Amino acid sequence: MTDAIASFGAGRRPVSIHTDDAAKARLKGRYRAETWFKWLGAAAVALAGLFLVLLLSTIVTQAIPALRLNYLTLPIDLSAAKVDPAKLDAVNYDAIAQEALAAKFPDVTSRQDKRLLRGLISTGTGVFLRKDIAADPGMLGRTVNYAVPLDDFADLYLKGLLADVGSDEAISTSVTPSETSGDIDLTFGDDTMLALARGWGATEGENGMLTLTSGASSLLVAFNGGTVKLTALSPGANGTAVAKGTVIEALDSTAPAASGQAFLRVIDTPEASRKISDKEIAWLDTLKSAGLIESRFNSIFFFTGASREPELAGVWGAVVGSFLTMIVTLAIAFPIGVSAAIYLEEFAPKNRLTTIIEVNINNLAAVPSIVFGLLGLAVFLNFFGLPRSAPVVGGMVLALMTLPIIIIASRASLRAVPPSIREAALGIGASKVQTVFHHVLPLAMPGIMTGTILGMAHALGETAPLLMIGMVAFIVDIPGGFTDPATILPVQIFMWADFPEAGFQQKTSAAILILLVFLVIMNAIAVILRRRFERRW
Amino acid sequence: MNIMTEASVEQKLGSGTNEPSIKMKGEKVSVHYGEKRALFDVDLDVRENQVTALIGPSGCGKSTFLRCLNRMNDTISIARVTGKITLDSEDIYDPKIDVVELRARVGMVFQKPNPFPKSIYENVAYGPRIHGLARSKAELDGIVESSLKKAGLFNEVKDRLLESGTGLSGGQQQRLCIARAIAVSPEVILMDEPCSALDPIATARVEELIDELRQNYTIVIVTHSMQQAARVSQRTAMFHLGYLVEEGATDKMFTNPDDKRTQDYITGRFG
Repeated sequence: MTDAIASFGAGRRPVSIHTDDAAKARLKGRYRAETWFKWLGAAAVALAGLFLVLLLSTIVTQAIPALRLNYLTLPIDLSAAKVDPAKLDAVNYDAIAQEALAAKFPDVTSRQDKRLLRGLISTGTGVFLRKDIAADPGMLGRTVNYAVPLDDFADLYLKGLLADVGSDEAISTSVTPSETSGDIDLTFGDDTMLALARGWGATEGENGMLTLTSGASSLLVAFNGGTVKLTALSPGANGTAVAKGTVIEALDSTAPAASGQAFLRVIDTPEASRKISDKEIAWLDTLKSAGLIESRFNSIFFFTGASREPELAGVWGAVVGSFLTMIVTLAIAFPIGVSAAIYLEEFAPKNRLTTIIEVNINNLAAVPSIVFGLLGLAVFLNFFGLPRSAPVVGGMVLALMTLPIIIIASRASLRAVPPSIREAALGIGASKVQTVFHHVLPLAMPGIMTGTILGMAHALGETAPLLMIGMVAFIVDIPGGFTDPATILPVQIFMWADFPEAGFQQKTSAAILILLVFLVIMNAIAVILRRRFERRW
Repeated sequence: MNIMTEASVEQKLGSGTNEPSIKMKGEKVSVHYGEKRALFDVDLDVRENQVTALIGPSGCGKSTFLRCLNRMNDTISIARVTGKITLDSEDIYDPKIDVVELRARVGMVFQKPNPFPKSIYENVAYGPRIHGLARSKAELDGIVESSLKKAGLFNEVKDRLLESGTGLSGGQQQRLCIARAIAVSPEVILMDEPCSALDPIATARVEELIDELRQNYTIVIVTHSMQQAARVSQRTAMFHLGYLVEEGATDKMFTNPDDKRTQDYITGRFG
């Protein structure tokens, strides 16, 4: 015994085909291959994870602005002179709100500017006002401070999504205006403005004249309680600079502003390449600095139906449509799918016919979804004359598409129930049906439900087949039943992505986020079901 | 037991005093699995209140024959059984025979313990419940308790009847399966290598149980263990390549078999 240990300790290893140098080289090669494979696998996972993070972060960052909406608080005159309490429906509430806004800017006189100003608040203002008055008649007969939603451009500007606006910088020289309104001349105490204007894309002209066209950044000078937009600059006498400008907001006086009293605001994005004018920007900034604009949770987005106006568009209609469609899909696909799976797996004889059926069910799972849409169009709409754009038809089409998935998943989980359970039940005299419904089906249920939920999640994200049956229609009303015209979330996303208005870009991302949240919830339920009810034999 | 045909009564009376009457009888039983023939014209009697052991090397058809006795082969779509098997002189393959009733009369215990993934109570109560053997909850409780007692499991599990049957040890699970089979009050119990997945101690326990059960039930057991066959059975049938080689009293089979193949198998020269 002691000798044996000693001889081991001496390390005399016999040379054999498993210990010679060639064997060592082979072993090394095997380890190298393993290491390579491990690294490749890790790299693949990391790459996939990276793309996922990239995708999610893009959607989330794009979607976040849509979750809030800017509201403007206006003193709205609801006295009897404006609103006749007897004829609440006949009142032009939009006009009342617009008057309240116009009162904030008495200098705005031209028709064009007035229209521009009116455009700052949402066209849905009147509807909201009417609804709130109907809910709370106590608002009537006095002037109330009422928060109206801003128009999408105004809202986007305030969120910093329409134009790059630099911070206000104090001008280190004196500024003297020639007038308080209209096109005026400004005299700067030194010529630093010239260099600045060149830097912001001014066009060089004769005699050192610099022109700020609409293709250059906008230079706004704020002083004496007003704002002037610079249009041209030229060197003046004694090292001064003279600028031509348009007053956007009237100045209080023609008194010179001392050094540090005037502020320069640069809007990097040239006026020609943004969808909001300098005037609107100046008005919004004034309203904002007056503390009248407030960013609130965007309940309109979550709780209203579709609209052509981005600030009024909501996903609720699509969510309800999706929900109704999914109910129909589940009600059709689950019982039929599970019954078919039970029959094929437990009762059907194994012959040529059932083999053909089985192969075709597997093939159905691979049929492009648009084909199911065409089928729905041809059979449900044209042949049976069911209503277009209705959740009931959408649900039926999606049920057709989900059926093979549910059947395949159900068969797999029925097959996973060990035969010993069936034998045990049959062995004590249970009939075939009792065996299936008392023992096999309960054990297969978690798997069946997992498959069903994943199939439903798949159906929830489906767009193409529903386009064919008209669920792509623009529907403002929130569907109230299975036969009401409706649209669904993915189709809503598809439509919003197609709309040209900038405001819909964020809505699209936010709607995608909502869809993803639903999918994650459904998948989580599937995982929980699998974990909780998983049995081992 | 309650339905006894005239023929079986006659048989009982007619049989000799020492020989118990024939409970089940196989005549020219053949089984085909698709094209392959697994059993060739087996004639074998199973006698009442005796343990009949089926022995033979793997694939010799002993399990196939056992599964014919309660028509478990019906569940295999490609299996085809010919010949005649009677239970109390009634042909069990007669179309008039209800297979559900047959399996209630001929219970089965499988090779691998296969309790339902339900509570111990539910495992035993399931059979009586589907057959409507208990009229009240108390009666069902009585059946469960007496079945567990007969299976020698009651004292071990009486405090945890509502716990899962799959949580028991292998030996306990197998005794639970036996209790489940007994609960339906069968006349014959078929056991397909009931101890092959158990350790020697659990095996000894099950073997004792089989010996006790013999008083009330007719038992057919398939086993790979010669010692087990010798210990528990009164009659032994030796199968080889689908043929019944030899059948007789266990004492004689193990001491003085007629066929050389039986002798070789028992002494371990093949199989």
